[in-house]
Amino acid sequence: MGLEEYKGVFVFAQQVDNVLDGVAFELLGKAKDLAKDLSTEVTAVLIGSDVKGLADQLAEYGADRVIVVDDPELKEYRTEPYAHALASVINEYKPEIMLVGATAIGRDLGPTVSARVATGLTADCTVLEIGDFPINPTANQEQKHNQLLMTRPAFGGNTIATIACPDNRPQMATVRPGVMQKIAPIEGAKANIVEFNPGFTPDNRYVEILNIVKAVKNTADIMDAKVLVSGGRGVGSKENFKLLDELAEVLGGTVSCSRAVVENGWQPVDLQVGQTGKTVRPQIYFAIGISGAIQHVAGMEDSDLIVAINKDEDAPIFDVADYGLVGDLNKIVPALTKALKEEMNKK
Amino acid sequence: MKIVVCVKQVPDTKGGVKFNPDGTLDRAAMLTIMNPDDKAGLEAALRLKDEYGAEVTVLTMGLPKADEVLREAIAMGADHGILVTDRVLGGADTWATSTTIAGAIRNLEYDLIITGRQAIDGDTAQVGPQIAEHLGLPVISYAQDIKIDGDSVIVQRQYEDRYHELKAKMPCLITALSELNEPRYMTPGGIFDAYEKEVTVWGRADLKDVDDSNLGLKGSPTKIAKASDKVRKGAGEKVTLDAEEAVAYLMGKFKEKHVI
Repeated sequence: MGLEEYKGVFVFAQQVDNVLDGVAFELLGKAKDLAKDLSTEVTAVLIGSDVKGLADQLAEYGADRVIVVDDPELKEYRTEPYAHALASVINEYKPEIMLVGATAIGRDLGPTVSARVATGLTADCTVLEIGDFPINPTANQEQKHNQLLMTRPAFGGNTIATIACPDNRPQMATVRPGVMQKIAPIEGAKANIVEFNPGFTPDNRYVEILNIVKAVKNTADIMDAKVLVSGGRGVGSKENFKLLDELAEVLGGTVSCSRAVVENGWQPVDLQVGQTGKTVRPQIYFAIGISGAIQHVAGMEDSDLIVAINKDEDAPIFDVADYGLVGDLNKIVPALTKALKEEMNKK
Repeated sequence: MKIVVCVKQVPDTKGGVKFNPDGTLDRAAMLTIMNPDDKAGLEAALRLKDEYGAEVTVLTMGLPKADEVLREAIAMGADHGILVTDRVLGGADTWATSTTIAGAIRNLEYDLIITGRQAIDGDTAQVGPQIAEHLGLPVISYAQDIKIDGDSVIVQRQYEDRYHELKAKMPCLITALSELNEPRYMTPGGIFDAYEKEVTVWGRADLKDVDDSNLGLKGSPTKIAKASDKVRKGAGEKVTLDAEEAVAYLMGKFKEKHVI
C-alpha cells in the first residue's frame, strides 16, 4: 500500500474513569498545527466504555472528527483490548500521524500498537513539526517533504535528537504531558462522530484485573501549578517539608520534589519532577536542597524563573538557576516565607 | 519455571555522551553499567528463583563488550547468559531491537520474560511491550510487585494515580520498575562462576523467524534526522550571603521582576 493513502492527524484521547486526560487536549492543540501545515483534518480516537458523551469536549479542543470505540470490554485500561481497538482504527482509517500521550497508559499502548501495525514510534517527544527528511538535501537519497519531525531528549536529557519515520505509516509519537499547548476551547463546537467497533474476543493476552487501588490524592497536580516549591534530599526529613509547605502557602503554590525524596518515602510519587516524574514549567520554581541531577533538570528547566537554595556551592542546580542562594535552607526558607508574608500584608 | 531476563548495557549518563558520524550512539567510547530497571527485573527473577525455584537466563543485545553485564548477572545468581551480537544488528531502533530479541527468545523455553521498563540512554519504554507483541504474549508494564500463583503471575501495575492488581497466565512478559526492589550484590562464589561459565554468543544466523528487512539500522523505521547536545539556558546569578541578606537580595529581584 502506498504511503500517500495515509491521511490525517490522529490523537489518542486518553480517558480514565470516563474523564479525559489533560494530555488529550494538549495533543489536539498540537495536532491542529500539524494538520494546518498538511492541509488535513484532526481526528480524536476515543476508546472506552460508555464514553461517547466525551466527544463534544474533544470537538471544543480542536477535533474535526471523533472515532469512538465503545465496548464494555474497554471499561478499564488493559493493554489488550485497547491495543486491538487502536490498531484496528489505524488499519481501518489510515492516519499519516498518530499521537499518543506519554503517560503510564500511552507508553504501554503506543509500543504495542506500533509493533502491531509495523511502524516506528518515537517516545516522549517535546517538539513536533512538519519538515523535510533528510533535513538537508543529501546525495543519493531522496529528500521527502511533509514528514513529521519528532524531537526528544535522550541520554538523561544530555542530548536532543530529531527523528523521522520516512518509509512507514502512520508516523507515531508519544508526547510528554505538559509540553504542548491546548487551544482555548471553542464553545459549542461539534465534531463528526464516527462509531467503530472491531469486535473483542478475549484471548491469552487479556489479563484479569483483580483489584484497583487508587492512591489517595489530596494534592493539586504539580503540572498545573504557577508556583512550585520543590524539595530534594537536602531537606533532610519528611517533617522538614513543613518549611516548604509554608513557603508554598504564602505564594499560593504547590510543593513538589525530586526522585530521592520519593525514594525516601517523604513525598508521594505524583509530586515528583524529572525524567521519571513529571515535566513542569511553572512561573516560579524553587529548587530547595536539590542538587540538580540531569534527570531532575530535564523536568523543570523550562520554568520561567528558577530559584535554587543549596548549601553546596558547586551543586549543578546553580547552572540552571536564575537566582542561586548558597546557604542553609533551614534558615533561608523560613526567613523568605516571613519576608513574603510581610510583603503580602502590605498590599 | 524458566525465566528470561532481558538486560541492556547502557552508558552511565553521568559521564559524557559521544556520537558516531551517523548520529547513533558511540557506545564503545563510554563508561557503562547494567541498566537500573533491568537490574531490578533481574533481582525480581532471582527472588522468584529463591522462593519458587527457577532457571534464570539473562539475554542482552549489544557489542561484544556487553558480555560484561551478563557476567555481572551471573555473579548475582543468574544461571545462563546469552549475548546477541552482530555487526548487521547495529544502529537498531526500538522496532529492530525488539524483532532481534524476539528472534533470539524464540530459541528458548520460557514461562516468564522480564525486561526493565526503560533504559536510561533512550528512556523509551518501548522494547519490552514490542517484544511481547512479536511473541504474541500478554504484557504487563510498569510492574511494582510480582508474585506467582500456580500457572499465573499476579502483578501490581503502576499508573500515575493508582495501581491495578493484574493476573496473567504464563507465558507472559513483565516490564519492571527500579522501585520494584533493591538489587543484591554479586557474591564471591558468583563472581567465580561468572568467569567460569560460558556465555552463549549468538549472531544474525541464530535469530529465528526474523526477516533481514526488520534488523539493524536498515530495518529501523525511525531514522535520526539530527542529534545535538542540549543547549541549556545557563547559570544566572549565584550569591553566598547570610540568611537575612540572601532573603533581602531575593526579595529585591522578585520586585524587579514584578513577581511580587
